[in-house]
Amino acid sequence: MNTFEFIRPADPAAAVAIAAQSKTAQQGADVRFVAGGTTLLDLMKLNVETPERLIDINRLPLDKVEATPDGGLKIGATVRNSDLAHHTTVQRDYAVLSQALLAGASVQLRNMATTAGNLLQRTRCMYFRDTAMPCNKREPGTGCPAITGSNRTLAVLGTSEHCIATNPSDMCVAMAALEATIHVQGPKGSRAIPIGDFHLLPGSTPSRETVLEPGDLITHVTLPPPRPGSKQVYLKLRDRASYEFALASAAVVITIAGGIVTEARIALGGVGTKPWRSREAEAALAGKRADPANFRKAAEAAMRHAKAQSENGFKIELAKRCLAHALQIATTT
Amino acid sequence: MPPSNWTRREFLEASLKTGAVVATVPAGLPGQNSTEDAATPARPNIEGAVPITLRINGKDHQLRVDPRTTLLDCLRETVALTGTKKGCDHGQCGACTVHVNGRRVNSCLSLALMHDGEEITTIEGLGTPEALHPMQAAFVARDGYQCGYCTSGQIMSAVALLKEPCGADDAAVKELMSGNICRCGAYANIVAAIQQVRKNI
Repeated sequence: MNTFEFIRPADPAAAVAIAAQSKTAQQGADVRFVAGGTTLLDLMKLNVETPERLIDINRLPLDKVEATPDGGLKIGATVRNSDLAHHTTVQRDYAVLSQALLAGASVQLRNMATTAGNLLQRTRCMYFRDTAMPCNKREPGTGCPAITGSNRTLAVLGTSEHCIATNPSDMCVAMAALEATIHVQGPKGSRAIPIGDFHLLPGSTPSRETVLEPGDLITHVTLPPPRPGSKQVYLKLRDRASYEFALASAAVVITIAGGIVTEARIALGGVGTKPWRSREAEAALAGKRADPANFRKAAEAAMRHAKAQSENGFKIELAKRCLAHALQIATTT
Repeated sequence: MPPSNWTRREFLEASLKTGAVVATVPAGLPGQNSTEDAATPARPNIEGAVPITLRINGKDHQLRVDPRTTLLDCLRETVALTGTKKGCDHGQCGACTVHVNGRRVNSCLSLALMHDGEEITTIEGLGTPEALHPMQAAFVARDGYQCGYCTSGQIMSAVALLKEPCGADDAAVKELMSGNICRCGAYANIVAAIQQVRKNI
């Protein structure tokens, strides 16, 4: 691991001021915030992340979960995944988020990992994690060996000829279905970013993973008021029963009246280069009878533009079945 | 200055015997230990080392660590508490599990500096050979290990689990213990040991 300067800022403004000196935005930057450290320390040991300065934000006052005036929820940047998953309001009103968090990692990691850190969780693509290999995300312009190489776990949605890395987060998938908003404090002030606009598709610049600019500090995430009567499910399919990344996952927030879907919010994990909100699936369900045939149609719609690589074609059917099954669970239990 | 041909273990043991606190530096690396710290003569001085205080198993330790030092390496190599094990060093195996402020974490994915002033509990802080923690006794009674390398991590997780939301059945225990890998495959007996302790409290 390269050496670095360790900085504990007095307040968020100081953290932003130091981070604003970074040449690039958070991921891969020379000035990095550290919270739980579960992604960053891992990647620093691999020399994938080589920050020169680390700003420890753990002691900033960003660790609260509070109700918002409009009846929603405000989640601080450094709220630990385990605390959020077991928060009574989250369990009651945003069950899909609690389920997604508890489906990710292990208790030890959830005790460390934070809300903001999870928003910036980096891919598990083995080429990205190995500095002996080319990788357009890690070293722009070097190529993507995954496309012709080992890609069984990689993405089928949102890929480009430059990158097919999967976004590994479970939390972000639930937050996409809940239409979360990410609040950022930066050198130019504060701003709010809908989660759908937060992560970027790889396109020709896979090293840029979010819209964050140098110095931007995620301070909190807000969730809109819960949808009355909605059913929520996070279903995650993986190679082993626990402590593994998703091959495919589905977050479902659905409201039914008289057997008809009045509203559905759907996002997929494990298959996309970003947390994958599926408006196609939502549109396919709206106003339709909540039955297995329509669930299958929605799943087909969600994966219509999926592109298989040499080893991961199975994910397309797996994701369809995952979503259809999640819808079935949500509407029958 | 220790002789340069000492092994790391000899170096750590000798440092402990003199009551000295050593900074984390690979013993015997040429040129690294050249400056004596006047205030603490037995303490090698490393460029860029930072002072911190960790409260480990109820005792304050004032340390100087390289900023890169993980909590795991700090415990093992600076404080010479080698009960906590290094398995994968990437948060994938759980051998390094310790408690920070009462919660279990992977000490390999955390910097020692991030825990300045915090309360750390390691396997050495749970019980003694004469007075085992009930979970340690249960692992012995139920044969919850084979080679033993993952055991301290398993026990630290198991003790933390007692205070976590966890269903009553074995499946719930397995899910909450999934962050601790046992390559010998002692899982069945580990679950039995944990359930034995849970039934008795």
